[in-house]
Amino acid sequence: MITVALDRSDDDARPWIEAAKPTHPSLIDTRHVLADFYNIVNVPTILWIDEGGRLVRPNDVAFGTDTFKHITGIAAARHHAALRAWVRGEAAALPEARVRALQSLPTEADQQARAEFGLGEWLSAHGRGEAAARHFARAGELAPHDFTIRRGTMPMRGVDPMGPEFRTMLGEWVKAGNPYYRPLPE
Amino acid sequence: MRSPLQNMFTIIDDGGASQVDERTWTELAKRAEVAGRPVAIDAAERVAYLGVTAADRATALSSLEAPDFTLPDLEGRQHSLSQHRGRKVLLVAYASW
Repeated sequence: MITVALDRSDDDARPWIEAAKPTHPSLIDTRHVLADFYNIVNVPTILWIDEGGRLVRPNDVAFGTDTFKHITGIAAARHHAALRAWVRGEAAALPEARVRALQSLPTEADQQARAEFGLGEWLSAHGRGEAAARHFARAGELAPHDFTIRRGTMPMRGVDPMGPEFRTMLGEWVKAGNPYYRPLPE
Repeated sequence: MRSPLQNMFTIIDDGGASQVDERTWTELAKRAEVAGRPVAIDAAERVAYLGVTAADRATALSSLEAPDFTLPDLEGRQHSLSQHRGRKVLLVAYASW
């Protein structure tokens, strides 16, 4: 297992990592390198990679516990059972054609949004908060489904990512018929 | 924080930032745009970010070879996905937010 925190800083991720005391690599990704490589648009996102470095389960939503099940409606047990069976070799992962069919590939707008995010992140890290906010806003307009941008930049903008601005954003998104989490159908 | 960046033009490419003169800055951004790459520019702050095309990302993902990456842990140690070849990997992206 490798965990990657898409967070503003080490300090934002530290309390969770110190509480979990992981024995696996627990990494910090302030620039959203992983999101860019894997077209990750929200957290949590999980992927399965086999011994040969092949993607055998594309971006999916799964939780380690049922702490947020009352909000997400996603039970941890289903993924745990499937994961365990795959790791033990009791069940095969998805065939290649299914992996490809279930993959979500980035559009040009998604990649432009990531460039705007990257610029904003750099500006934010160099004390240019106001300039950064303009690029974060542009990124969010280009990729409104990308919550690693729309919510993930809230700490950098001094906005509470659990607060009213997030709840308003989420409410509008869901009201327009869009799901906040997009777990795979199988 | 104003002074270190004054009279400097910054290009961020492949995650790394470098300081260049104005002519080079304009040239590099233009070249990336012509190549179809996403380019984000802040003219007032004199910073340009050169991104990766959707086609490049899509080709890599469609190959089903998991893109390799290198990131630090809390102690600053670098880890790469490729170090885990030969083992099954559950890759988890999460955040405090």
